[in-house]
Amino acid sequence: MAIILDKDSKIVVQGFTGSQGTFHARQCIEYGTQIVAGVTPGRGGSAHLDRPVFDTVYDAVRATGAFVSLIFVPAPFAADAIMEAVDAGCSTVLCITEGIPVLDMARVKRFIARAESSGREITLVGPNCPGVITPGQCKAGIMPGYIHKPGSIGVVSRSGTLTYEAVDQLTKRGLGQSTVVGIGGDPINGSSFTDILAKFEADPDTEAVVMIGEIGGSAEEEAARFFKEKMSKPVYGFIAGKAAPEGRRMGHAGAIVEGGSGTHASKIKAMREAGITVVENLSEIGDTVAKSRRPLAA
Amino acid sequence: MKLLEYEAKEILKARGIPVPPNGGVIKTTAGLAAAMKRAGKAPWVLKAQVLAGGRGKAGGIKLAKTPKEAKELAKAMIGMDLITHQTHGHALKVKELLIEGGVKIEREIYLSVVMDRRAAAPAIIASAQGGMEIETLAAERPDAIIRMTVDPDTGLPDFQARRLAFALRVPADRVRAFSKVAQSLVRAFLDLDCSMLEINPLVLTPTGVVALDAKVVTDDNASFRHADLAAKPDHEASALEKEAKKADISYVGLDGNIGCMVNGAGLAMGTMDTIALAGGSPANFLDVGGGANEERVTKALNIILKDKKVKAVLVNIFGGIVKCDMIAAGVVAALKKIKLKVPLVVRLQGTNVEQGREILAKSGIPLIQADDLWDAAQKAVQAAR
Repeated sequence: MAIILDKDSKIVVQGFTGSQGTFHARQCIEYGTQIVAGVTPGRGGSAHLDRPVFDTVYDAVRATGAFVSLIFVPAPFAADAIMEAVDAGCSTVLCITEGIPVLDMARVKRFIARAESSGREITLVGPNCPGVITPGQCKAGIMPGYIHKPGSIGVVSRSGTLTYEAVDQLTKRGLGQSTVVGIGGDPINGSSFTDILAKFEADPDTEAVVMIGEIGGSAEEEAARFFKEKMSKPVYGFIAGKAAPEGRRMGHAGAIVEGGSGTHASKIKAMREAGITVVENLSEIGDTVAKSRRPLAA
Repeated sequence: MKLLEYEAKEILKARGIPVPPNGGVIKTTAGLAAAMKRAGKAPWVLKAQVLAGGRGKAGGIKLAKTPKEAKELAKAMIGMDLITHQTHGHALKVKELLIEGGVKIEREIYLSVVMDRRAAAPAIIASAQGGMEIETLAAERPDAIIRMTVDPDTGLPDFQARRLAFALRVPADRVRAFSKVAQSLVRAFLDLDCSMLEINPLVLTPTGVVALDAKVVTDDNASFRHADLAAKPDHEASALEKEAKKADISYVGLDGNIGCMVNGAGLAMGTMDTIALAGGSPANFLDVGGGANEERVTKALNIILKDKKVKAVLVNIFGGIVKCDMIAAGVVAALKKIKLKVPLVVRLQGTNVEQGREILAKSGIPLIQADDLWDAAQKAVQAAR
């Protein structure tokens, strides 16, 4: 089963014919992902990577039955692209684009809330994220597919390469993944840690979860509360940014400690108090999970 | 990007928010007399233009009652090293002073608009207890803080502005003036893509309201639609940070002595943490980016090595889309152009890692290869000693 994506997920790629879209869509197709259509306004009627291209997401969804959108549209137009996918009826939208203005995302969130108030359920993952992969079934994003392996560990993270690092450690210790979700490094994003933890908790294929957070905001603290109140599966947590100074943005727009909140210490404390296994050394994520999983596997 | 007080006040003034009589900014005492004349009658306020709160307590804001006093103060303040509780022990050199006329203060209010990450919308934060640091206030008197979510499409409607005014106990004869300021502030926040806009304090005068201090932080992601803001000098970034930004490399200088080059912001932070855990101290945050090629690797290494504090360099690359052999070739090419005087530790992992390691080994460049991140961090810490 896994979460968000499986082998039956039909995907439309927005920004399909651009250099990023072309490069990554090709890799997704090679992985076996069902990319069924692409959208580039003005290029409708043509074909690209042996897939039909449409002018609008609306047309692509009607013609191909796609219900997942994967977005590579440049930042100035990406918020509009998300809203277009939601409006066209996509239930899952994965936005890879980095650098979307925060205010645009505030407006996108309201747009999605309005759509959901009429009874729809919409999952937005990202922006500024590597995407989602259910190993062996569906890769929708920019992550290297080969480091993953099908299994029962769910992974959710705010950072791309940090996720690869963690996944690589897991795979090398024989621990496969149910689904790996990059929720993105922006201050306002679609799915939160809590949203994804809830999905993993409900997923019969997931036995444990690795959660990789970073400084800034309070999403990890909220996830810790959720874990304590609602989760039965074990969670292993790592927080990046202990060595970062206050008030400076560390690459990700969301990775900034403001006025003493969003600190590494407060996140670690919240996670520990909730009963999450905290991993302090990034190099020990795989070992920590392996150590505590072994008795179950035996 | 963070703006200086006088830049922030220019924005407020252009939007009809009253500010104190402005005498302008001076860099030397030569311009003082003219600035004082523009600011009007005594007293005058001399304000150090640095990007940090807590200037008043640290001696960065002074009141002068006579021209003689003003001159003495200006002489002492220009060029002074200012350390406030927000500068984390670092001194900020005062290069500019803002000269303003005095304002008759009846009461001080705190008023700001911030991006509320949890609500995914802008929010007004206000308090009748102005002048204090909002963080202090939040810790000591959380009940004294008013919070209001703002609809980014509507702005601040009249009723919400009025509600805010009454909640802050603004006298009835100044509610209209206050409401106008609050609405303009929200409008400015939305129009300019701010992540923070703060007036602290907003003072009630006998006849109206005046923004005595102002702080603006804008969203870097939105700079493509604000050419005027993007053209302003970045006062916070160091020379190296500016150079990195031009090359589209995300770099933040730190206090330590181990330079880092990493792909991905999260892994870059994780690498800094691992260095610290191994007993070392990172000299910088550096995300060389997803599309790292030889040119970018060269540029990044150049920037790292320009920092004289750097005693060792750690390159940590997880090859996903970026291939390790390409990075290795980039490092080798870069080191043919740069004379390396400090030890270099390289940890490659991921796509084409074997080819990458081979390129490094065959290059003849004296570098230290590491297997995993922990190994790399320990080797870098040792090398920096």
